[in-house]
Amino acid sequence: MSVKLFIFLLWLPVAGFAQGFAGLGGSAEGFAMPAPNPTFQFPKDAGAHPDYKIEWWYITANLKDAQGTDYGLQWTLFRSALAPEDGTGWSTPQLWMGNAAITTPDAHFVTERLARGGIGQAGVTPAPFSAWIDDWLFTDTQLSATGPDFGFDMTLGDLGPTVFHGEGGYSVKSTSGQASYYYSKPFIQISGTLSLPQGDVAVSGQAWLDREWSSQPLASDQTGWDWFSLSFDDGAKLMGFQLRGDDTYTSASWIDPDGTTTAMENGAFQARPLGMVEVAGRQVPTTWQVTLPAKSLDVTVRAINDAAWMATSVPYWEGPVIVSGNRQGRGYLEMTGY
Amino acid sequence: MTRVAFAALLGHWRRNPMQLFTLLAGLALATALWSGVQAINAEARASYDAAAATLGEGQFDRLTRRDGQPIRQETYVLLRRSGWLVSPVIEGRLHDVQIVGVDPLTAPGRLAPTAIAGTGDLGRFIAGRIVAAPDVTLDGAVTDPDIAPQTAIGDIGTVQKLLGRTGELDALIVAQNQPLKQANLADIAPELRRRVAQTGSDISRLTDSFHLNLSAFGLLSFAVGIFIVHGAIGLAFEQRRGTVRTLRALGVPLRLMVVLMASELLGLAIVAGIIGVGLGYLIAGALLPDVAATLQGLYGANVSGTLQLRPIWGLTGMGIAVGGTAVAAGGALWKLSRMPLLAGAQPRALAVAAGRGARLQAAVAIGLLALAGILVVVGGGVVTGFVLLGALLLGAALALPLVLSVVLIFASRQATGVISGWFWADTRQQLPGLSLALMALLLAMAANIGVSTMVSSFRLTFVGFLDQRLTSELYVTADNPAQAAQIAAFANTRVDAVLPVLETDVTISDFPAELFGNRDNAAFRDNWTFLAAADTPWDRIHQGDAILINEQLSRRAGLKVGDSVTVADIPFEIVGIYGDYGNPAGQAIISRGRFQDLYPDVTSARFGLRLPPENVAEFVTEMESAIGVPASNTINQAGIKAFSLGVFDRTFTVTAALNVLTLAVAGFAILMSLLTLTAMRVPQLAPAWAMGLTRRNLGALELLRTLLLASFTAIIALPLGLALAWVLLAVINVAAFGWRLPMYLFPADYARLGGFAILAASVAALWPALRLARTPPADLLKVFSNER
Repeated sequence: MSVKLFIFLLWLPVAGFAQGFAGLGGSAEGFAMPAPNPTFQFPKDAGAHPDYKIEWWYITANLKDAQGTDYGLQWTLFRSALAPEDGTGWSTPQLWMGNAAITTPDAHFVTERLARGGIGQAGVTPAPFSAWIDDWLFTDTQLSATGPDFGFDMTLGDLGPTVFHGEGGYSVKSTSGQASYYYSKPFIQISGTLSLPQGDVAVSGQAWLDREWSSQPLASDQTGWDWFSLSFDDGAKLMGFQLRGDDTYTSASWIDPDGTTTAMENGAFQARPLGMVEVAGRQVPTTWQVTLPAKSLDVTVRAINDAAWMATSVPYWEGPVIVSGNRQGRGYLEMTGY
Repeated sequence: MTRVAFAALLGHWRRNPMQLFTLLAGLALATALWSGVQAINAEARASYDAAAATLGEGQFDRLTRRDGQPIRQETYVLLRRSGWLVSPVIEGRLHDVQIVGVDPLTAPGRLAPTAIAGTGDLGRFIAGRIVAAPDVTLDGAVTDPDIAPQTAIGDIGTVQKLLGRTGELDALIVAQNQPLKQANLADIAPELRRRVAQTGSDISRLTDSFHLNLSAFGLLSFAVGIFIVHGAIGLAFEQRRGTVRTLRALGVPLRLMVVLMASELLGLAIVAGIIGVGLGYLIAGALLPDVAATLQGLYGANVSGTLQLRPIWGLTGMGIAVGGTAVAAGGALWKLSRMPLLAGAQPRALAVAAGRGARLQAAVAIGLLALAGILVVVGGGVVTGFVLLGALLLGAALALPLVLSVVLIFASRQATGVISGWFWADTRQQLPGLSLALMALLLAMAANIGVSTMVSSFRLTFVGFLDQRLTSELYVTADNPAQAAQIAAFANTRVDAVLPVLETDVTISDFPAELFGNRDNAAFRDNWTFLAAADTPWDRIHQGDAILINEQLSRRAGLKVGDSVTVADIPFEIVGIYGDYGNPAGQAIISRGRFQDLYPDVTSARFGLRLPPENVAEFVTEMESAIGVPASNTINQAGIKAFSLGVFDRTFTVTAALNVLTLAVAGFAILMSLLTLTAMRVPQLAPAWAMGLTRRNLGALELLRTLLLASFTAIIALPLGLALAWVLLAVINVAAFGWRLPMYLFPADYARLGGFAILAASVAALWPALRLARTPPADLLKVFSNER
């Protein structure tokens, strides 16, 4: 077992043993819990919520270069709190982790950073908005990260409307009621340069920001999830996920091109794996059939690169996908718990 | 058939329990000394590895401030935000414990898992838990056996608070894989410099020579022990010739005989090996606290004072016992396989056979001594030095019986009376049987003389060196630059001279060195002696264009007086080379003014104060009440000297102990040889007794013989020991440390050692002589009636 994995498993506070994927179903004593009918205040809610246990700023982007080659890009900043009481300097219980990746049809690059809170090495300020870990940066206009063998430096244009999932931003994850606050900005214009071993590539496309925070997002029997963010050619978008546990719980948001959101109840969104592939020693489905009868959606979602395995402290699969069927488009797929 | 033959062979030991005891005890002692030394070395190395891993030494580069001050925490964050993957470390001492603070999220290497795995909770570690080595007592600390001795690890925030140094860091460890793009260090943090990881930790390189010396001693003791074993096996073989002849005549195949003898010896070797390893553990346990204290005092190395059972030295001990026996028995088994079926057991045959082998032995001895001579001229390096030493000692040992034989021949020609004639002839005949024991005695004595000469020369030089270098009566350390300024101001008017210590690390001719900037003071001009110097070196230094270097740097970089070196891109001419004993690093001195020109940001944290010695105590109390510098920040010259000499003496307690043990082993060898020979001597003594020499005379002559042989050996041991000392000082010390000590002679010591050796030999000879004197007349008579 790698050192970093060991450390990270200890990071997410576990009561005795890991419950749910990565311990996200573990105890949340002392932390704040999301409640229905939330009101969001911006810019404050763009920042961190230290009284909640886990939080992230999650950006994925589908990009194309001048030749039309598809690229996928990921920039993620996680915040995890070891304890509900805050502290200053090194004694703060806030820990930060960054994941960054670039996926091309032939290759997948991934890197990770870990940082303590409280000393300025990582953090988020809401106004002016800035999220950083080490030299990685995400602001209203910039997105950058570097790894040992790759990097990217992107400019953000129009950020587009904000979309709230579930019931006005209260997103339920299981029949027992675990939930999180969840909103997205799926219409971000993004362009810039990818630094790859074969050289720099100028790319542009659309980026999707996910913001989520909670203290116990999973039930203890839920081993993982499959999350889809699909952008169709006509401008509409779909966010859908299914949580695998004793029962399967699904949730989805249908997003019209102007940003109007329709929430789908448990069971409306259906995703069925079509083909398993061996990735990093595990059997992972990289081709799916996704249906949403309410919107007459029946599409096949296929990974651009099967090998998009995130070899980080807590490993998972995340990569760009191509949508075909009665709608076409691009998107991102995340699969955990395999 | 096998069982009977085996029983017949083993029966020999039942009849001669003394020989069995000799064999087992000799092998056990030799193995004990060897494995004891190996146990000490293994324990020390384990401690160094643990300590090095704690700080990531040897694997990772480090960033530290050029001027030695702590790094500000903001610098760490700035580096991280500029693309540098570095991890903060803070170290300090708290109640005699070395406490290290790390950040488990960014630390590479073994630090974090070692610190956390024992506790199982990152949260608790960050909240303030300390993980300590088993030999540390700290309130609330959790114990982890993997942590280096005398060390405790905590989260960086926790340790900062414990040491009262919030916001400070001592070093930044650079991870091996850095990101694609990162800012230039010189642009964002110019006060930092990067120290490249050195293979092998600093501490293990420093102490390598110490451990090599210990190993050499162990090997020497083992060699002496193997001599004993060789003698015992050879003797057992000779005495069993009759048995072997009978068995073979009865039809036992030769191959079976060889196999049986070999397996018998193997069994004995294993038994002796087990006893030896156990004894070695006891010896190591007894010596380890002294070794640990020595290493702590000399090098600042933390070695555990308690011995852990590590299989490695137990296994090597057993291996070397079996291997040594195999080597020692090889000759005997070879002879057995070539022996004609009906060869008898004739004592005279022993000497005759020895005569034939003598020419071969002489050739080998001369060859080895020639090799030693060549290596003196040609060789360099520590390993070559030890090979030279081995060749010298072995060659001399092999040559000893021949030299003694020549001496005895000469003496017997001078003999006038019958008794003296018989005495010398009998001695000559005894020589082959005793030669191994005498070789052991020679080696032990030479080692004693050599090492004690080296140690005493060292001590004499060191005392003089301390007198020369510790020019100031009082040394004061400041905790921070503000306090340093206060001390300088306070002392300025009250003492004869203030000599601030200005120091920084530089690279000269590609070698790392410490650079000092010295004020001009009569203390330096009057007391310093140089190994080589131009005219008026101190004047040239204070003119500003010259530099002094220490012996280590001059040897390593091949620099002489008159050469030019550059420091911080400025050329300096070398005007003097000075001795710097005990310092593993290079060192150089320029004038204070020039130093401040080159490194303006370096401030003095230590001061040497010159004042009359009787005023020191009063000054210290005045300074404490006036500006609050505690007495623990000061040390007076007498204190440093006493401490240094104390450490020095402690170092050589270990070698003194090993010396005594080696001499004891040699004395034991003599005793055993004499005892085993006594039984064979009866036929030779019987005629002399029949012709009128009383048994008492015979016993006295026996004693005299041993004393004479021991004395001759002692006389030969003296030049050998001095040669050994010379090799240690001029070849090995230079190769290992980089500096050379002058050799002094200590005739009183040698006389004392010679006396002890002869005393040991005579004590060893007393019992056999008494036994001889008490041989029943009936036994002597039996010789004539062929009943033997």
